[in-house]
Amino acid sequence: MAAIRFQPINLARWIIWGGFALLLIIMPHLFHQGFALTLLCQIGTIMIFSLSFNMLLGQAGMLSFGHAVYSGLGAYIAIHTLNLIGKNGLPFPVTLLPLVGGVAGAFFGVLFGYVTTKKSGTPFAMITLGIGELVAAMALMFPDFFGGEGGISTNRVAGKPLLGVITYGPQIQVYYLVAAWLFLCTAAMYAYTQTPLGRIANAVRDNPERAEFIGYETQRVRYLVLILSGFFAGVSGGLASINFEIVSAENVSAIRSGTVLLFTFIGGVGFFFGPMIGAVLFGLFIVVLATITNAWLFYLGLFFVLMVMYCPGGIAGLIMMQMPLLRARRLKEMLPSYGIALAAGLVLLAALIPAVEMLYYHSLESASGGPEMKFLGTQLNVLSAPPWIGVAVLAVAGFALLAVARRKVRAQWDKVMGEIASGGLS
Amino acid sequence: MSASTALELADVRKSFGKTAIIRGVNLSIPRGERHAIIGPNGAGKSTLFNLVSGRFGLSSGAIHLKGEDVTGLKPFEINRKGLSRSFQITNIFHNLTVFENIRCAVLWPLGYKYSFWHTLSKLKDARERADEIIELIGMKSRRDLKAALLTYAEQRALEIGITIAGGADVILLDEPTAGMSRSESDHAVDLIRKVTVGKTLVMVEHDMSVVFGLADRISVLVYGEVIATDTPRNIRANQAVQEAYLGTSVSRGHGEGDSEGDGDA
Repeated sequence: MAAIRFQPINLARWIIWGGFALLLIIMPHLFHQGFALTLLCQIGTIMIFSLSFNMLLGQAGMLSFGHAVYSGLGAYIAIHTLNLIGKNGLPFPVTLLPLVGGVAGAFFGVLFGYVTTKKSGTPFAMITLGIGELVAAMALMFPDFFGGEGGISTNRVAGKPLLGVITYGPQIQVYYLVAAWLFLCTAAMYAYTQTPLGRIANAVRDNPERAEFIGYETQRVRYLVLILSGFFAGVSGGLASINFEIVSAENVSAIRSGTVLLFTFIGGVGFFFGPMIGAVLFGLFIVVLATITNAWLFYLGLFFVLMVMYCPGGIAGLIMMQMPLLRARRLKEMLPSYGIALAAGLVLLAALIPAVEMLYYHSLESASGGPEMKFLGTQLNVLSAPPWIGVAVLAVAGFALLAVARRKVRAQWDKVMGEIASGGLS
Repeated sequence: MSASTALELADVRKSFGKTAIIRGVNLSIPRGERHAIIGPNGAGKSTLFNLVSGRFGLSSGAIHLKGEDVTGLKPFEINRKGLSRSFQITNIFHNLTVFENIRCAVLWPLGYKYSFWHTLSKLKDARERADEIIELIGMKSRRDLKAALLTYAEQRALEIGITIAGGADVILLDEPTAGMSRSESDHAVDLIRKVTVGKTLVMVEHDMSVVFGLADRISVLVYGEVIATDTPRNIRANQAVQEAYLGTSVSRGHGEGDSEGDGDA
């Protein structure tokens, strides 16, 4: 986990942040179907959520299994506020509702963080798990506030329209609300990494003991970081309550906490932008893949395990590994070997996907639908030999290709990096 | 407990379970002194450092830092009162650069505390102070390298840099030259001499050439007790010290050697 010390010159900084803003503005014009717009809104809220999670995991070394507590409770407070606006005419603009969620998230950070941050490392992780279960249990015990099984629903068209026209009825308006908050929160969380507290959090992550001997109370550092992280988690909860117009016990559940951990890790905890990649993958997996196949959780689990084992820096780590090559303008020398690796990956996927789909079909649907399964426009008989022979052949070919690719990538990598290193010295 | 005393230990004791490790240490180190603590393995030198710096609590006794009672305070509280220490096993922030390591160490003393409303790159004083220290420990060429990538000797130098960066006036160094080659160790001695000018230095050290080269006074710790505190010249001549510690390497015949300590070696 490298320190977040990427400090571009001002021009580069303008390009990066300007590009980010531009991307947020044009996204809905690239993907303008209703489904895509909802997906973008969801990715945006998850992006804030996972960035806030990484304030703990990647930046302060705090593994939390209960981060959904802060986003979820933030969402509950926000949705109750929204109902007050709608039903009781509370004069509060919906535009600022995520701020209510954020303040609530920070408040619960003050409350629960006082307990959880007394410990670090594994005890911290366990206490967060306990608090998470506690809150999830409470969500079902107090139906007045949490709405029981059905949750609390609302109508986001409430109060006075912003500038007289923006009611947040149309999804596109919600998208731009999410985008604006996403931009603000990302900028704020990045700025935080460049402050004394942000840097000391890195120091506490690397070596809590030494941090105590340079004057810092590590417990206080963890506590403050958790409160700030709770704030941003709460903002994402507030946005989610506007986007979905419903908040239920699922919002504070361990599943939600686990999901953010999973995707933040896949995106990459070592770099600031890693969780943003994770959030995009979240959208692709949970929302897109889940509509295509029953086996999406299987694929997600497999993907996560492979990432943890072979690529602990996440996608962001993979990208940043290419930076020295890019800087030396020698990335293209790696491309042939990367191409072989990609081909190997595709062949293995071509073996894996039919195999998994056939197994799922066989165990879930063949009783009613017979052994013939539709797959990519062809008919496969899951009880006959030919599809399985095909899968086996592809798997063998894929692994063989992978072995070649690994050797080639490593050899080429060592060669190019070695040349860059020796070139840099002379 | 005059204010001219940097560090004062009064009957300090520490037991782990039934095992007494530090058994009544009395020590008074005046300001500006370079003081070395020597003793055989297992004598309790590192434990003594851990007591003084607040890493462990005392079983009994009292410790005064610059006239102020610091007994039972936490490491960060003692550090804020002007005592800083290094570690025998390199204890740095591995994933931060050399510069970030040092800058972290200057933030609290400069008053930035837990601030999340200052931008680090705009804190001129922190940057300048950190660069000064980096210059002082001779690591300018390594400034932007990750600490984990440094050589062992460089990491030891960084360790000293972190220790002194905060401007503490009482410095505890725990075996600063452990594991170094002769030339590295000579370099480290020069560095230590340079960075502790005008400060009080207490160091644990095994390398006798380092000890006798640096220390104004030496205390000999044997089985949890200080058996002698004196100038290097007198320590070298001290019969009890030779018996207890230097015996193997320095003294030859010790026929009538009569230990003045409790002689529980």
